[in-house]
Amino acid sequence: MRHLLSINDLSKQEAIDLLNLSAQMQEVNKRDVKKLPALNGRTVVNLFFEDSTRTRFSFELAAKRLSADVVNFTAKGSSVSKGESLKDTIGTLEAMGVDALIVRHHHSGAALTIANAPWSTSAVINAGDGTHEHPTQGLLDSLTIRQRLNGLDQGDLSGVRVLIVGDILHSRVARSNALLLRKLGAKVSYCGPSTLVPSASLGLVDEIYYDFDQALAQNFDVVMMLRIQAERMNSAFIPNAKEYSQLFGLTDSRFDSLSSKTLVMHPGPMNRGLEISSKAADSAQSTILEQVANGVAVRMAVLYRLLAQEGKA
Amino acid sequence: MSLRTVLDAADIDRAIIRISHEIVEANHGTENLLLLGIPTRGVFLAKRIANSIKKNYPDFDVEESLGRLDVTMFRDDLSAKPNREVTPTEIPVGSLDEKTVVLVDDVLFSGRTIRAALDAIVSYGRPKAVRLAVLVDRGHRELPIRADYVGKNLPTSVTERINVHLTETDEEQSVVIEQ
Repeated sequence: MRHLLSINDLSKQEAIDLLNLSAQMQEVNKRDVKKLPALNGRTVVNLFFEDSTRTRFSFELAAKRLSADVVNFTAKGSSVSKGESLKDTIGTLEAMGVDALIVRHHHSGAALTIANAPWSTSAVINAGDGTHEHPTQGLLDSLTIRQRLNGLDQGDLSGVRVLIVGDILHSRVARSNALLLRKLGAKVSYCGPSTLVPSASLGLVDEIYYDFDQALAQNFDVVMMLRIQAERMNSAFIPNAKEYSQLFGLTDSRFDSLSSKTLVMHPGPMNRGLEISSKAADSAQSTILEQVANGVAVRMAVLYRLLAQEGKA
Repeated sequence: MSLRTVLDAADIDRAIIRISHEIVEANHGTENLLLLGIPTRGVFLAKRIANSIKKNYPDFDVEESLGRLDVTMFRDDLSAKPNREVTPTEIPVGSLDEKTVVLVDDVLFSGRTIRAALDAIVSYGRPKAVRLAVLVDRGHRELPIRADYVGKNLPTSVTERINVHLTETDEEQSVVIEQ
């Protein structure tokens, strides 16, 4: 494995191995000395063309805990605003000696373009490309589900039923999760307004629901709420926020109707009161902060897998 | 390829009993002892040593005094062999401070595994002392490291292989030189 661009880059066994390695990395994050020497001397660039808090910090911490050097690049305030091209930006960074590029970009396929380009020699990790994929988010969500539902640090997710709710159309999280969860044996359903759920999703997922209450009656093991992405709402997808919240928000009353064993997930950042109520988000069934903590461990595992090999020193 | 058995099952059992006595003797008792096995076979050897100590010193708390230390992420040859499996580290007590840690491994060869283990230990605290117990010392050290407790010193050629078989992982129990 040289790059991680899509969940499709992973076989089922590779995905399970990565989750198992992540579980070992979690142990490191609980020690007094949260540091391993494994990537000593490697340089990792966080190349972020789009705003991010948790993903960027998470990758930065992950790289630092493995003793790699980290440089943070944000498009805002860089030569990109002077008109420098992606190719020239990356050429410049690589000339300074870089081993891995962690790429977040608003265009789908940006990470793939860099990985395939003859002008880049670095390992590339996709940290979210447009509306395409966000593979490390998928991995950290599966790790969270595996630990919370099975209490295990090994095995797959066969038999687990997951409902992903909200703006499926624009969600790279929904796509990476659907690909990985089904690879691991889980059943995945999408739910959202018909304007935000591509009908072609059948095949990627097992079922599509356009009525949230009808879906919740099916008693899913996991309900994953997605953020309404104001920055991508460039057309009349939903009439207004209040109506969306009433029809597709995890409100207090919908949360109360859930089994006490159902996990409530959200990739963050949350719009409290819109797609998820505070009661649901702060409940014991919510895994939202665990997802953040697991993100560091998963990214350590991915960086380790990609960079701890010869020829990348 | 020729195989030569250098330790049979009974030899291994005797070596473990002797090492367990030596450890307690050097420590003036069992207080603050912590045995850490290095995966894979060191874990089983550490457990056997702990059980052997328990037989003679009933006050010895095996649960509190036995753990495992995975050193994979601390190795200096990671870049050459990146795909080793990382297994859990279990330290039964919160911190290693004030403990006398005895590292347990099956074969002592280049000494690089032990170097990695010493680095790993540092991230769990500052032990009073770190000792090393091995079933077989085959020589050819590449680092200034030596064992405190040795089951058997086996002068070998670099091209030979030492195979340790234990009942926990293998069908039989023996130490075999493969030429």
